[in-house]
Amino acid sequence: MLDVEKIRLDFPILTKEIFGNPLVYLDNAATSQKPRQVIDALIDYYENFNANVHRGVHTLSVEATDRFEDAREKVSSFINCESSDSVIWTRNASESLNLVAYSWGEHNIGEGDEILLTPMEHHSNLVPWQELARRKNAVIKFIPMLENGTLDMDQVDDLITEKTALVSAVHMSNALGTINPVRELAEKAHRSGAKILVDGAQSVPHMPTNVQELNCDFLVFSGHKMLGPTGIGALYVEKEILESMEPFLTGGEMVLEVSYQKASWADLPMRFEAGTPNIADSIGLGSAVDYLNGLGMENVREHEKDLTAYALYRFRKADLEGLDLFGPDDPNIRGGVFSFNTPDVHPHDLGTFLDRMGIAVRTGHHCAMPLVRSLGVAATTRASFYLYNTEKEVDILVDAVTEALRYFRDGPN
Amino acid sequence: MYDLEDLYQEIVMDHNRRPRNFGELSDPTNSADGFNPICGDQIALQLFIEDGIVSDVAFNGVGCAISKSSASMMTEELKGKTLEHAEQLFEAFRKMITRTPGEPYDSNLLGDLEILQGVSQYPARIKCATLAWHTLHSAIQDGNEVVSTE
Ligand SMILES: Cc1ncc(COP(=O)(O)O)c(C=O)c1O
Repeated sequence: MLDVEKIRLDFPILTKEIFGNPLVYLDNAATSQKPRQVIDALIDYYENFNANVHRGVHTLSVEATDRFEDAREKVSSFINCESSDSVIWTRNASESLNLVAYSWGEHNIGEGDEILLTPMEHHSNLVPWQELARRKNAVIKFIPMLENGTLDMDQVDDLITEKTALVSAVHMSNALGTINPVRELAEKAHRSGAKILVDGAQSVPHMPTNVQELNCDFLVFSGHKMLGPTGIGALYVEKEILESMEPFLTGGEMVLEVSYQKASWADLPMRFEAGTPNIADSIGLGSAVDYLNGLGMENVREHEKDLTAYALYRFRKADLEGLDLFGPDDPNIRGGVFSFNTPDVHPHDLGTFLDRMGIAVRTGHHCAMPLVRSLGVAATTRASFYLYNTEKEVDILVDAVTEALRYFRDGPN
Repeated sequence: MYDLEDLYQEIVMDHNRRPRNFGELSDPTNSADGFNPICGDQIALQLFIEDGIVSDVAFNGVGCAISKSSASMMTEELKGKTLEHAEQLFEAFRKMITRTPGEPYDSNLLGDLEILQGVSQYPARIKCATLAWHTLHSAIQDGNEVVSTE
């Protein structure tokens, strides 16, 4: 059990008021808020340890390097990697995906090869593969989705063939909340010699992640969605595959020996980190990992599962006319993401109304345009929870949505 | 009560519920499509222009109350006006919507369109209000291309 009231005290922004109402922050799938501990870690770095890493013999540089590599260790154990050499710093999940598409995809996916995706991918796990497929004349296929927003797993065996080079799937959908059975996908992919990539942008922040148990070849995620700073993300790659990959960006830091004619590459993980890295934010992410470990990821998941069950119950009980709630009904296979459509009120108007009541939600296509279109709508309203959200906030949301529907039907008063 | 009345005035709500000139022309001389990738709003605008005068206009599409009412009011305002006047309206409307608080705008020229002035206090909604107008601009310039607010 999480002591949410105590946790909330760690997040300075949660005391903010919006138009005179307490902030109800329900846009966590876009980015999470930051606890004091993470903010302090950034300040501490800049005030006490700022220096470039891996370069100097001077004390500060050694200290900065230690902290930077220590943060990598923390992130590595957080997802249960065998070795932190398998963890590459990137800017975010999107950059991690592009790194895989260029450094691995470019050399391992050829004409006629197939990339299997799900229909609920974020644009970040769709567009890089579309571009790769275009360059290579490869083929993209999709696992069909059932009415309730889960994958039709019965079709996967037929879809994965000897032509399949990669299966790439989102672990938790940012638009539907669906938690996909990625372990089963990994098993099926490996059985026919394909690799599996897991987009953990929404799962790593919200549930325990174990890359060895998932048996995935690639895992991508972003620091800013898991209490960390913006501008820092990570890529995990299975060691043998990573050893075989070509560099993504080249230049300083990633080389072993350089002549005027050519260069040889540094060892892992630095081979994939050209230039001065994002030292401060890596350390900030390390501190976010400490914070999450302090709470326990099992507890975080339990809390959000309870909130999800409560929100499902509240939305059903409110019985809002025409409200369409997308995604699975079972909190066991759903994260705290609530996308819904209100036919008589456009999400944009609803978003503005909720904002006036202090409630921050996201409206639009959530970077999953093809998915949202396939639901038969142009946009949805999305409320997404994190460890500091409460049942009371769910009540505020459901009551406000009820009130908004009335307002746009009958006008003020 | 919510301080929202500045934005959602009764006239705006009415245009949202019953948009005017909603549909298609059988024989348009000019047309353009507008798209706001942020929220997925879409508008298809058609004009019938004769001797430099907008003699008929219609729009179609999906959008929020602001984009729909803005399009609806725009079509009402345009009928019977010269292209030159339409472009002047476009400029004046854009100025009103994107102004900083206190900055003046041409309320004489804008007439009923002034109802939407409250949008300027909602930066996240400016593109909703201007989508139809950008689409108009492109239809008059006679691109048949898709305009995007981005
Ligand atoms: C499922 C999923 N994948 C990828 C991303 C991309 O993350 P970022 O924008 O941090 O690169 C997001 C972010 O919204 C996401 O929700």
